[in-house]
Amino acid sequence: MSQNNNNSSKPQNETLASNSEPTALIHARIIDPESGRDEMGGLLIEDGIITDVGPHLSKNAPNGAKVVDCAGHVLCPGLIDMLVFTGEPGEEHRETLASASRAAAAGGVTTMVCMPNTDPVIDEVALVDFLQRRARDTAIVRVNVMAAMTKELKGDEMTEIGLLLDAGAIAFTNGKNSVTNAQVMRRILSYSKDFDALIVHYTEDPDLRGNGVMNEGEVSSRLGLPGISTLAETIMLERDMRLAADTGARYHNATISCADSLNIIKDAKQKGIHVSSGVSINHLTLNENDIGPYRTFCKVRPPLRKEEDRVAMVEGLRNGDIDVIVSAHDPKDAEVKRQPFAEAAYGAVGLETLLPAALRLYHNQEIELSTLLAAMTINPAKILGLEGGRIKVGTPADLTLFDLNTPWIIDRDLLQSRSKNSAFDESKVEGRVLKTFVNGKMVYEFGKTGPTFTS
Amino acid sequence: MSTQNKQEKIAFPHRHLLSADELKAEEITYLLDLADGFAKLNRQVAKKQDILRGRTQINLFFESSTRTQSSFELAGKRLGADVMNMSVKSSSISKGETLIDTAMTLNAMRPDILVVRHHCAGAVELLSQKVDCSVINAGDGSHQHPTQALLDALTIRRNKGKIARLTIAICGDIQHSRVARSNISLLNTLGARVRIVAPSTLLPSNPDRLGVEVYNSMEEGLKDADIVMMLRLQRERMQGSYIPSPREYFHFFGLDHEKMKFAKPDALIMHPGPMNRGVEIDATLADDQRSVIREQVEMGVAARMAILEALSHHLPTSCEQT
Repeated sequence: MSQNNNNSSKPQNETLASNSEPTALIHARIIDPESGRDEMGGLLIEDGIITDVGPHLSKNAPNGAKVVDCAGHVLCPGLIDMLVFTGEPGEEHRETLASASRAAAAGGVTTMVCMPNTDPVIDEVALVDFLQRRARDTAIVRVNVMAAMTKELKGDEMTEIGLLLDAGAIAFTNGKNSVTNAQVMRRILSYSKDFDALIVHYTEDPDLRGNGVMNEGEVSSRLGLPGISTLAETIMLERDMRLAADTGARYHNATISCADSLNIIKDAKQKGIHVSSGVSINHLTLNENDIGPYRTFCKVRPPLRKEEDRVAMVEGLRNGDIDVIVSAHDPKDAEVKRQPFAEAAYGAVGLETLLPAALRLYHNQEIELSTLLAAMTINPAKILGLEGGRIKVGTPADLTLFDLNTPWIIDRDLLQSRSKNSAFDESKVEGRVLKTFVNGKMVYEFGKTGPTFTS
Repeated sequence: MSTQNKQEKIAFPHRHLLSADELKAEEITYLLDLADGFAKLNRQVAKKQDILRGRTQINLFFESSTRTQSSFELAGKRLGADVMNMSVKSSSISKGETLIDTAMTLNAMRPDILVVRHHCAGAVELLSQKVDCSVINAGDGSHQHPTQALLDALTIRRNKGKIARLTIAICGDIQHSRVARSNISLLNTLGARVRIVAPSTLLPSNPDRLGVEVYNSMEEGLKDADIVMMLRLQRERMQGSYIPSPREYFHFFGLDHEKMKFAKPDALIMHPGPMNRGVEIDATLADDQRSVIREQVEMGVAARMAILEALSHHLPTSCEQT
């Protein structure tokens, strides 16, 4: 299509005004997965843009610049989280854009992509516009809107993909609802191709899921809980690969959870099909055993799988078959979580714990730090067509500074999110976000007195 | 039989008109030349001819139609035939008779020409195999509508003086359009450069194999076009959603003044009708100077007179057949 839908090239949140005074971040270990840079150095920010970067700025800042000493900590591109649910509009008691954005800032996430599963569903141009305005007025990080690909997420009528793109929607998804009708899915992929729109699909066959609440296997048998077979995920994923191949559309699977799915994605990529895939932090670092005595905070979709599946997810990430790590941030209030396991709601918050949980993989020597960070920075940036996700002269200064080694214990009551349903509650982690910059401005700082936010 | 008749038989050797695919360039030119004469005749007060005197023409329409049916009726009457209209509602089909039985029944009444429209592709051809008279396809499903292609070619030739090497963009619901299929074939035979412009969901599969250039964007597809032919969005043939909404369709694929700027300044706007103003074409553009939509309707009668005359030369002159 000839229309320019690259809305990502301008800052979505105009209130994320940059400081006019140049700022120098010095004495930092700069890691930029895109260029492969991993060295001590510094960078200079002017008008919200990175204007210089390199080892020559490690110790000295140019005259007149405000200096931030990074004390040797890791400075990487701000994280981009492609899978965030909020409660705005409709269920603001769970989460607003404002509260989610504070959780994001505290987690080093500078761009969050919000899902359309709200009330009303984001399936209209006016609603995309509304969310963008709300984000501009209330959020302290960048917010991108992923619009619904079917009306009301019902899976039968395609939304106005062209007009929604023009309005600023970054991609199209059916959220937690999978499109079961293959003809509808085929038409969506076929139509989206004309507009070069990205289709993000979560594959879970509702019939195969049935009344399942956790991974089907030995643990579910022992716990006496109805299981969800990996077939629920893989059968629809295989269908989607065929449709993606047939239509040539850009397809991204929101979250895969098992080894079989990984093989399907790997095969599709080898065949040259235009697909990419995400995995949630939960499926990289937890398994079905974490449910233990019916912990509902570990009730997520897709369900936590076997340890072998988790290991496969890490391997997929290492090999590049999985492109993106998402938090799958899904705030749920205590009312719906403090229930018998089978009746509790799905979902776990994750924006704030994304990076520390991911660093577990690095500390356990399961993956290289640069590969890990790429999956939360440059990879989603490329898939979504965003300018950020890289430390490069001329791009917006969206940056995350973190201490790689500080040990701490996650306490859900201290989380910024309005909902406290963390699967990592009471977990011991190493690594903590110290400062978060959006468009050159420090929006979050973890100091001696605890966290402070600047909006 | 006179020598003149013999020559015309060679000029148009078909007993039926079922598809634009079967017409050679010189046959089309012959029909267009004939039609030009009838266009002139139709503008006179005395329009009546006796070419089909004594002949019976039955218009058998299984699908509703306004312009095609009345156009065929007028064409037959102006050539002197007795014309009978049969529509599906009053026919035995609605009482459960099969298509072939209906054909046999009508055949027994010894018509000379059957003009047939049916909602199934291939139905007219099937019917033509069962009857003794000449059959004209007035539209079979999403397959063919050859007289529409003839009248479109006639309209283009009268306005542009030629058809060869013109760039003709056919835009919209190609997948469900018999008009598109007929025009692609006929205009290609005459040497035009045919483009089709539509969202992928409204294209048939392997569209490039139809001998056209394929575009998914109006701006690109209309660039330097001589003719912009819009098609109606055929929602009655659609199962499920091919496009998100009429609003989005009009925004990206409807013909408006902005998109028309990409075509040549003297480009013609065509539409086979009936139009959905505001869905595939801007209301004011349909009445624009460049629009020849009403002329298409006028040429419809002339083109159909031409094909009726051409086919009449093949009709038996005595009744010895079984």
